[in-house]
Amino acid sequence: MSSGAATARPTAFRPSWVARAGWLVFLAYVIYAASVLDFTWDRFVVGLEQGARFVARMFPPDTSPDKMKLMARGLYESLEIAIIASALGIVLSLPIGLLAARNLMPAWVTWPTRLFIALCRSFHQVIIAIVFVKAVGFGALAGILALTVASIGFVAKLFAEAIEEISLKQVEAIRATGASFMNVVVYGVMPQVLTRFVGFATYQVDSNLRNSTMVGIVGAGGIGGTMFAAFQKFDYDFLLTILLAIIAMIMLSEALQNRVKRLFQ
Amino acid sequence: MAQAPASSSAPPLEIRRLSKEYRRGVPVLREVSLTVTPRSITAVIGPSGTGKSTLIRCVNRLVEPTSGEILFHGVDVTRLKRRELRATRRRIGMVFQEYNLVERLSVMENVLSGRLGYVSAFKAWLRRYPQRDIDAAFELLDTVGLTRYANQRADALSGGQRQRVGIARAIMQEPELLLADEPTSSLDPKTSVEIMETMVRLAESRGIPVIVNIHNVPLARRFATHILGMSGGRIVYDGAPGQLTDEHLKQIYGGEDWLE
Repeated sequence: MSSGAATARPTAFRPSWVARAGWLVFLAYVIYAASVLDFTWDRFVVGLEQGARFVARMFPPDTSPDKMKLMARGLYESLEIAIIASALGIVLSLPIGLLAARNLMPAWVTWPTRLFIALCRSFHQVIIAIVFVKAVGFGALAGILALTVASIGFVAKLFAEAIEEISLKQVEAIRATGASFMNVVVYGVMPQVLTRFVGFATYQVDSNLRNSTMVGIVGAGGIGGTMFAAFQKFDYDFLLTILLAIIAMIMLSEALQNRVKRLFQ
Repeated sequence: MAQAPASSSAPPLEIRRLSKEYRRGVPVLREVSLTVTPRSITAVIGPSGTGKSTLIRCVNRLVEPTSGEILFHGVDVTRLKRRELRATRRRIGMVFQEYNLVERLSVMENVLSGRLGYVSAFKAWLRRYPQRDIDAAFELLDTVGLTRYANQRADALSGGQRQRVGIARAIMQEPELLLADEPTSSLDPKTSVEIMETMVRLAESRGIPVIVNIHNVPLARRFATHILGMSGGRIVYDGAPGQLTDEHLKQIYGGEDWLE
């Protein structure tokens, strides 16, 4: 009996031939696509030479007072766009995320809310920015609106997911005290998701900072416009000044974020 | 007490032919009837999965009953609209097996959450409770010996300490009935006795009748004034702890080997 059972044992780790075939197909496609796009070593070496010339022309960075003033103004506008868009996006994400949480809300509420969030996430910020530039005209307003929409798409979605993972035991206890729905949210739900929400929000601020330097390329305000102009005028030394300034801003924001996160544990 | 009972002659709780099916055709409770008298400690004993938790959760409708009546001071809880149900829940305290404290909030905040039925969301958010509530919360923390933990987060406490916070939260409601769902099942034997003592003492000193689910028969015998034995979704014993014999226990839990 026991020897019979031993021979009937299955293999410990069953190979999946479908998965292996899948990997093979994937590899074959990558090689094919690279050849179609002329993605070759020679092409890369030629490109490197050109790149070296481009980098050489960036030095030394242009720090003349009028250029510095131009850069500062652009950077400051980007910062404003990022902060206003983050504030709006995060504040709007709270109720929207709550309405999208399937463990607290009925399907007829979550369904349209989820559709709205998906819509906000569908397009890249630059594409949304182009739409808003056409809708409300050139300038920072278009950038703010574009990044607000993008923020809702990200923060509200993750916030809804965080709420769906909470412990319902704590919620049940608060409900049992006769608390209203809003009190259940304030006491039973929010404390469980607050740290994660702060995490999403600070990440979004960081993301908005970077994106606010880009929406200017399509005319939605901020340093992106200045940068794009420098590109087109072959003003590569000024370009380097702008790039260094952006790097400094991002690093500063990162340090600040860590402080904020530590504050909320 | 916050509200006068609807009818002073009616018992605190009377359940008539209560049934519950989570899935159609599979009853968990089968026409359960019982009466809780004022100032009594009713222990519900019985094997796991026999519907004790469901029974207790039907009383404040954390679980919706399928049929039957639940008369809380003469008013049928099963017919209440949302707003009335919330007003009724305020008058019924509940203690849970796994404490169900809000882990990230402080001990004080957890105790005060017993008043959430009376405080607006905005004031609750700003923690602006009436001074009377805060004084009462400190008094309760004194009683359960946790005053020095008032500002600690609930997840920093031991199991026994957490359950004492859970009891304080329930008493904080100034309830007219206390439901306890296996309050000692997650605790060691010594702490279990201490928790039962704390809960019964607080309830008796305030004249609050208690229904407590408990599968520990010696604990039930020691603290209850009345025992209900459940088996297969039915009440099979309804009487004083002194009259509970091994014969009854055999009927409730099945088999007899475990008795010796």
